Amino acid sequence: MLLEINALTKHFGGVAAVKDVSFNVREGEIFALIGPNGAGKTTVFNLITGVLAPDTGTMVFMGRPLAGMKPHRIAAMGLTRTFQNLQLFGRMSVLENVMAGAHLKGKTGFLKSLARWPGSVAENKMIERDALKLLKEVGLEDQAGLYAAALPFGQQRLLEIARSMASNPRLVLLDEPAAGLNSAETKILAGYLKHLREQGKSMVLVEHDMETVMEVADRIMVLNFGESIGEGTPEVIQADPKVIKAYLGEDDQVA
Amino acid sequence: MNKKIALWGILILAFALLPLFIKSNYLLGVLIVIGLYTIIVIGLGILMGYAGQVSFGHAAFFGMGSYTVAVLTTACHWPTIPALIASLILPGLVAAIIGGPTLKLRELYLALATLAFGILVHILFNELKGITGGPSGMTGIPYLSIGGLVFDRDIKFYYLVWVTVLLVSLAVHNLIHSRMGRAMRAIRESEHASETSGIDTAGLKLQAFVFSAVLAGLAGGLYAFYVTFVSPSPFGFHTSVQFVLMAVVGGLGTFWGPLLGAGLVVALGEVLRWAIPLVIPGAGGEYQIIFFGIILMLIMVIKPEGLGAITDLFKKPRVEEVQ
Ligand SMILES: Nc1ncnc2c1ncn2[C@@H]1O[C@H](COP(=O)(O)OP(=O)(O)OP(=O)(O)O)[C@@H](O)[C@H]1O
Ligand SMILES: [Mg+2]
Repeated sequence: MLLEINALTKHFGGVAAVKDVSFNVREGEIFALIGPNGAGKTTVFNLITGVLAPDTGTMVFMGRPLAGMKPHRIAAMGLTRTFQNLQLFGRMSVLENVMAGAHLKGKTGFLKSLARWPGSVAENKMIERDALKLLKEVGLEDQAGLYAAALPFGQQRLLEIARSMASNPRLVLLDEPAAGLNSAETKILAGYLKHLREQGKSMVLVEHDMETVMEVADRIMVLNFGESIGEGTPEVIQADPKVIKAYLGEDDQVA
Repeated sequence: MNKKIALWGILILAFALLPLFIKSNYLLGVLIVIGLYTIIVIGLGILMGYAGQVSFGHAAFFGMGSYTVAVLTTACHWPTIPALIASLILPGLVAAIIGGPTLKLRELYLALATLAFGILVHILFNELKGITGGPSGMTGIPYLSIGGLVFDRDIKFYYLVWVTVLLVSLAVHNLIHSRMGRAMRAIRESEHASETSGIDTAGLKLQAFVFSAVLAGLAGGLYAFYVTFVSPSPFGFHTSVQFVLMAVVGGLGTFWGPLLGAGLVVALGEVLRWAIPLVIPGAGGEYQIIFFGIILMLIMVIKPEGLGAITDLFKKPRVEEVQ
């Protein structure tokens, strides 16, 4: 098992944002986490990536507990993410965004950076080449020299996904990657996610766009008020009356 | 690329030839001080402009560098080169120790903590009379000698300081365009995204802080060899504020910012020192601070990116290229 989440709970003040949530993510699958606004999906991501500390519960990634680890250490283990409210490096170029995302691929430290150590130049070339390859995959190679902030919104989402892939992680947490995309862009995104899975990537996908979720997810878990109310394949979830009542019934945009 | 090399060539040539036209030791002294301050502001610029941290205590590291040289060369009779090296190491060590807890603080608190640190160190310079000589300071620092070359005249020191500025500039240029420089710029843009990219944001900020302290220490060590006399007065709170002013006026995160900022603020300080008493008889140094404040405000209003951003005018506007 790649990621094992067990009885995770997190309160904000008196409110339980995440309550006794457990799930597993297998190698090479897309695991979707859905639920209405405020259900606790982003909070689950913040707990897994070490941005927040859980009240109780355990998280184990590739056999190693994540408790108390700083986000960059978790990233170094091969677990990265994207953000619901984009967190691009706005005043850096599109290419540099992906190269910064590949920070873990390099070794050059502060002193060697100052001295322009021969090895560091070659390393930088390698990182740049890989970054360009990734940009090509998401169709942004022509924009490589632009500031990330200058990209249209849809391309910013794609760039953030490319950046989250740049360190070659085992598992990526995607927080509403289709939000704000038009239908053509959403199609490209769904295709890209499937392509990544074929390459052996595992993903946890938080997404409100049900069409995309049902198309790409292997398994789905539904959160409601911080609690899991169902888990299963897309077919099972679509037929679950509890899920339909809690989620599909409430949210018009899903229909 | 060629244009860039040409620009560097012209600048280096200009700095190399400048002393031939300067007959006054006073002006040469001003240029030496500008060079020393440029070294400090380059480090502070890395800290503020790239790592996104502020320090109102860098005069303390500057002073530590000077006192390290003074104590080691006079009381301990060290040769000058090891003393100069020590003047980099000691401030760096102190920065590494206080940086851990300090850099966890946010904006205003960090400013206050570094301010308090600077004031504390300044008090120590005054009070540790057994080591520092107290308010009257220490004399008898020997001239710096590298190989057989003894830096006993201002003109020699001028070249030493500006070659150092050049080397530090090259190193920082390398840094900014390297993996670590990219990571520092990333931190400035988004700490969350930097962390999930595997960047140790706390560690890198600490490294930037230590680096800036090392540069301030280097400038301090050179300064001690230049004036051959140290006392607490150049290392007070107002000097720290001036460094921040230079960094901001020059432009944070710009390559030419430190040089422009240090040059402008030092030159202006000299002009004001001469001009203010003409206008307001009997006025002291405190009026300088007022003028600096006004200038800082004007820059913030007219060109918030600082003077160094002027070079942006020569760059292609990348942001507009899109669509
Ligand atoms: N840092 C925080 N401090 C206090 N409350 C928080 C914090 N983060 C989230 N919450 C609360 O926790 C609950 C779950 O929020 P969360 O962002 O995880 O929901 P979500 O499922 O991602 O919703 P959405 O679909 O709108 O993104 C909400 O009630 C939210 O207000
Ligand atoms: Mg959310």
